[in-house]
Amino acid sequence: MIQVRVARRFPAGPESAGFALEVEFQAAEGVTVLFGASGAGKTLILDSIAGFVRPDSGRILLDDEILFDAAARVNLPPQRRHCGYVFQNYALFPHMTLRKNLQFAAERSPRLERHRRVNEMIEKFRLGGVAGRRPHEVSGGEKQRCSIARALIGSPKLLLLDEPARGLDAPLRTELYAVLRQVRSEFRVPALLVTHDLDECFEMADTMLVLDQGRIVQTGTPAAVLARPAGVDVARLLGAANLFSAEIAGLDPGRNTSRLKLEQFELHGTYLPGKLLGDRVWLCVPADALRVLGGNGGRIASNQVPAQLVRVSERPQAVRLEFSGGITAELPRAEYAKQKDNKEWLVEFPPEAIRVL
Amino acid sequence: MSIDWFPLWLSLRVAGLATALSLLLGLAMAYLLANREFRGKELLDAAATLPLVLPPTVLGYYLLVVIGRESVLGRIYEWAVGAPLVFTWQAAVLAALFHATPLLVKSARAALESVDRSYERAARNLGASEWTVFWRVTLPLARRSISAAAVLAFARALGDFGVTIMIAGNIPGRTQTVAVAIFDAVESGNGAVARALVLVVSATAVAVLYLANRLERRQAGA
Repeated sequence: MIQVRVARRFPAGPESAGFALEVEFQAAEGVTVLFGASGAGKTLILDSIAGFVRPDSGRILLDDEILFDAAARVNLPPQRRHCGYVFQNYALFPHMTLRKNLQFAAERSPRLERHRRVNEMIEKFRLGGVAGRRPHEVSGGEKQRCSIARALIGSPKLLLLDEPARGLDAPLRTELYAVLRQVRSEFRVPALLVTHDLDECFEMADTMLVLDQGRIVQTGTPAAVLARPAGVDVARLLGAANLFSAEIAGLDPGRNTSRLKLEQFELHGTYLPGKLLGDRVWLCVPADALRVLGGNGGRIASNQVPAQLVRVSERPQAVRLEFSGGITAELPRAEYAKQKDNKEWLVEFPPEAIRVL
Repeated sequence: MSIDWFPLWLSLRVAGLATALSLLLGLAMAYLLANREFRGKELLDAAATLPLVLPPTVLGYYLLVVIGRESVLGRIYEWAVGAPLVFTWQAAVLAALFHATPLLVKSARAALESVDRSYERAARNLGASEWTVFWRVTLPLARRSISAAAVLAFARALGDFGVTIMIAGNIPGRTQTVAVAIFDAVESGNGAVARALVLVVSATAVAVLYLANRLERRQAGA
């Protein structure tokens, strides 16, 4: 279990805006993903835990050991922190063979165990054929497995992964996720994984922490976070479509309805407990929850909005339709095939799909 | 006509020894400058660079003051070794050392700083001590640039004139290095000797530069 509460300020310079990191979180079993855009402070958190960067204040606790405590002036050197770190570029020593890389990492283990551990890792991570080669002579996947093996060989209490999938093509990514799942089940070491890729987050995360400009803005399982983004910023980070600013024009708890006034049209939603008439809110409607219809001779039902189709793009699982007014809908292929000849378009917002952030 | 080759051999020996010593001293200083934050760091950097910009005679004068027979260091040396340091071939080594080290510190610092930090971080993360990190990760990764710097330091040590003549003097057969011998030959109208020594030294310099460039290039390619 890792408990982190750190703050670190970087004053604004002539060429850089200032940046302040201020986070508090804990992570136990499984994979915890630090998710955020570039520059949100994700890697800075890993570096603070590993001891490469000294926070200005706070406290870092790994199991029952204090790694860093500003108030008590404790700041363990990286050597004594027992965190395995998988670097973005793997950082395998280029002048050593893969086996030597593992041996270097095993030197801190008891003398009698070293040899066995190195061989065990070579076997577990399928490096047998290439153990005698140097990093530049092996494939990307082998480098990747070796760097994970090297990080694990000293039996760390925590595994830190800095965007391990960055720059990998799809097959290598799939392989990486398989290796990481193997690590999760065989080594049972808690892991912190940094990424800005939502798919990776869903692939690996037991819990995700959403970071924005140095702060954690939401925590939860990826599915829960995606279903209920805590605010418009999180929704944007998650790439959510159909974000609209609206004013609450009517509330009826009896019939469980609300009236929402958007810039160009009005929608009816479900009742919004805790909100008042006249409040400004952000609405979010998942692209695949929208219904799309052909024009109906000018008859427009409740929650239907006429819209101009601007762009159609193919996605792996669906077809994405972008309409005027910032409306985006995703249809299954078969459904799109039925509708693609529509002359006019109506978009329907099912009341239960309208979320208020 | 017979040419006395002693100055050349003496110079090679002096330069070799000075290079070895300047590697030790230069690497230690480069390590401090590249890795540590301490008060007076910029001052140390300036002091290490000073010999590059001072006229060699000025540097020689300072050294003469510091290690002369009347100085504290000079007395300690004389007490320990039994003979004075000034005007011996050991003084020529010291001269070459002061002449060559600044260049080495500069390039070694650049070489150490050019090693990707993530390798050093990885080594620390794996529990390696700072000593291990330096000897087994940083230095091997920087070794080509550092060898190139050492080769250049050797060339500079070989060519020192001003500092050498100030503290080692011009004693034929004892402290007369090749640079001093050339000056001496020209002064005494001995053109043939001067020409022969000049050619040999020039050839050595070209060879050394070629070697240094090759080392550097292979580092970049590796």
